[in-house]
Amino acid sequence: MIAQLRTAERQLALILSGLVAFAGLVMAAVGRGDPMGAQGWIVALCAGLVVIFLLRGLDGPEPVEDRATAYYDDPTRVGILISLAWAVVAMSTGVWVASQLAWPDLRFDGAWSSFGRIRPAHTSGVIFGFGGNALIATSFHVMQRTSRARLAGQVSPWFVLFGFNLFCIVAASGYLMGITQSKEYAEPEWYADIWLVIVWVTYFTLYIRTLARRNEPHIYVANWYYMAFILVMAILHIVNNLAIPASFAGAKSYSAFSGVQDAMIQWWYGHNAVAFFLTAGFLGMLYYFLPKRAERPIYSYRLSILSFWGIVFFYIWVGSHHLHYTALPQWVQTLGMTFSIMLLIPSWASAGNALMTLNGAWHKVRDDATLRFMMVAAVFYGLSTFEGSFMAVRAVNSLSHYTDWTVGHVHSGAMGWVAMITFGSIYAVVPLLWRKESMYSWKLVEWHFWLALAGTVIYVFAMWNSGIIQGLMWRTYTDSGTLAYSFTDSLVAMHPYYVARAVGGGLFVAGAVLCAFNVLMTIRRVPDRVPEYDHPTSSEAGEPAVPAGE
Amino acid sequence: MSVKERDPLTGHQTTGHEWNGITELNTRVPRAVWFFIIVTHIWALVYWVLMPAWPLVNSYTRGLLGVDQQERVERQVGAANAARADWTTPLATLDAAAIRDDPALMAHVQRTAPALFGDNCAACHGTDAAGGPGFPSLVDDAWLWGGDAETIMETLRVGINSPHPDSRYAQMMAFGQSGILTRPEIRTVVDYVQSLSGLETEADADRLARGATLFEENCASCHGENAMGNQDLGAPDLTDAHWIYGGDDASMFETINAGRQGWMPAWEDRLTVADRMMLTLYVQDLAKEADNAD
Repeated sequence: MIAQLRTAERQLALILSGLVAFAGLVMAAVGRGDPMGAQGWIVALCAGLVVIFLLRGLDGPEPVEDRATAYYDDPTRVGILISLAWAVVAMSTGVWVASQLAWPDLRFDGAWSSFGRIRPAHTSGVIFGFGGNALIATSFHVMQRTSRARLAGQVSPWFVLFGFNLFCIVAASGYLMGITQSKEYAEPEWYADIWLVIVWVTYFTLYIRTLARRNEPHIYVANWYYMAFILVMAILHIVNNLAIPASFAGAKSYSAFSGVQDAMIQWWYGHNAVAFFLTAGFLGMLYYFLPKRAERPIYSYRLSILSFWGIVFFYIWVGSHHLHYTALPQWVQTLGMTFSIMLLIPSWASAGNALMTLNGAWHKVRDDATLRFMMVAAVFYGLSTFEGSFMAVRAVNSLSHYTDWTVGHVHSGAMGWVAMITFGSIYAVVPLLWRKESMYSWKLVEWHFWLALAGTVIYVFAMWNSGIIQGLMWRTYTDSGTLAYSFTDSLVAMHPYYVARAVGGGLFVAGAVLCAFNVLMTIRRVPDRVPEYDHPTSSEAGEPAVPAGE
Repeated sequence: MSVKERDPLTGHQTTGHEWNGITELNTRVPRAVWFFIIVTHIWALVYWVLMPAWPLVNSYTRGLLGVDQQERVERQVGAANAARADWTTPLATLDAAAIRDDPALMAHVQRTAPALFGDNCAACHGTDAAGGPGFPSLVDDAWLWGGDAETIMETLRVGINSPHPDSRYAQMMAFGQSGILTRPEIRTVVDYVQSLSGLETEADADRLARGATLFEENCASCHGENAMGNQDLGAPDLTDAHWIYGGDDASMFETINAGRQGWMPAWEDRLTVADRMMLTLYVQDLAKEADNAD
């Protein structure tokens, strides 16, 4: 890691992490007596560890080779490993949260372990910790390969990666202490939000600068999606988190919006976090790793254009479908609903484009669990986007809203689509990143695939059943025209599905553990192999294009 | 740069670009995609014409159907209330005995009250109405304030120790913490009270006699000379087998030492008179069923 940096770069990194450590100490001093003070110590500790690490390597020999002749893979490697660590931790937390709903005593009477605190730790840990690190890592990889250019910075990729993880750690530890601004998927308080803006702008700048160096005349589709993800997330994050801190010495802030406007901004953010974080970013992953693994050309460039612009244009309108039948004016609900329907075809065009790309490679899907992960991800992407548009219809929403159906829908997307494409991409990229012959064990990949698929199917079916039963019980009337069931009756009815959901989640976690083990063993045990053609070249070098399928 | 090639499998041409081995075919967008894009857009257009849809400067397009969700929900709630009026009105106006005499009304009560109880009362009193630590059981026919319909209706209306201006008030004093009784004295009273309800106690007759004296001096003013309680004050009967906060040594010591002040919300603003009447009849029946089961 540090051996790749020149002395001046090491000094810059040292100054930056020293500044962060100092900022942490300031937070700890100013915020003592407030949970923000504890957060300050966490920041200081994390940054302090980086400072110590840098000091130990500060006087090491400088890199001798010309760095421009190689891709910069260290940040990707570390990002993949961090992503897997978050996957195991945050998904296990998810199983715990799910089990608490079936067996409430699993809280063990702790305040920190109550449902309201560990649930955001699960969601943020999976979305940002697992998903975010995987996106950052693969975006570095894909951008370099499809541009045939090395990353534009030496220190900034590390700043983005570690800065982002600092945000994740501050967020997750804050939830356990009870720090939240009560905005779904945007729970962290003002100081964490400001830090993420700094990190994210650096990320975007790095991406644009690398793109500007590219040795390809055209920008590949995957990069459109990665860029949409980075740019729009910045806008969403900044607007949704506009808030006035109650005091600069404390963790509490008040949103700049109130009432239904606040709800609307929140769900404009919330749904576009799904759109641009969990969809656009991972479509970038899909668009690179699926054709690469299948060794097939993308089915249709024209379909890519249509679905990209369809997705980015329509998604931004649909957040209000989370607020059907509320105080939100009906015309806003109408727009959210109709745009959700118009969004369906561009979404399906993406899924279809991915699946049609596999034509001519279906025997590989059968034999190669890595490619099968990607194929199943595309299928679940199609299923979830159909289900999402369907649930956005007001009449359907009147049944599904506030029920577990929503939870099932989210997890069919998060487990079936996001996690599957990520695991497939990790299995594809790890041997290449560490210059290995293959993964340590293809059998473990196969086991992981079936565990993940079984877990997802059990989870989603349990929540469909639970959600629809709930929704129907809440709207069942007696012959007297009064409610037939109390809310508690519906809770009792959901219990078996909650148990099933915890089992499904458990299988999924088991698969993630196998993945982490397999990756670590690949790094340690598998013989090295240097791949051909994996270095940046200028277009003038005239390297022959490798025709698809050969 | 690179030339367009033809994919042997599909026969389609590539776009001529290549990124680290990835190429793209220039396949035209399938007709079905265009078809469904047109269908979904037409559907959206029709919906916009019919329903409230687009913002204007000070207003919005109201749609040809003239639907308004607020007006609609108010109309539906009004219609549902009107449809129930033939039996909710008698429930709100007749007394409990008259309602019990009308099987048709009682059928409505029996259909409706369980869910009403589940949504409003079960959180404290339990789904089986058997109570729990701190919350009295409603199935034991032991009433703090009285079990006749009129009293239950009033308890539901004003609550206990609630912010309602007519609230019932009841407080068990903190005899230990306020220095009225010493710790050994509290233990003596505990033994005595346990002996009243037939619980096992190791105390000898002498100790029980001292307990009785202490009880008479400190407790009898609320719980009565015979310890049978006083429903005017909400003071529980101590001779029965029912305990709100527990009849074991530790719980009773805590009760006498630190006092107790239970709390029940006032339901006047939350539930209609008919709702409260249904709950009254329902909990009366629960207590009766339990009595018969014994």
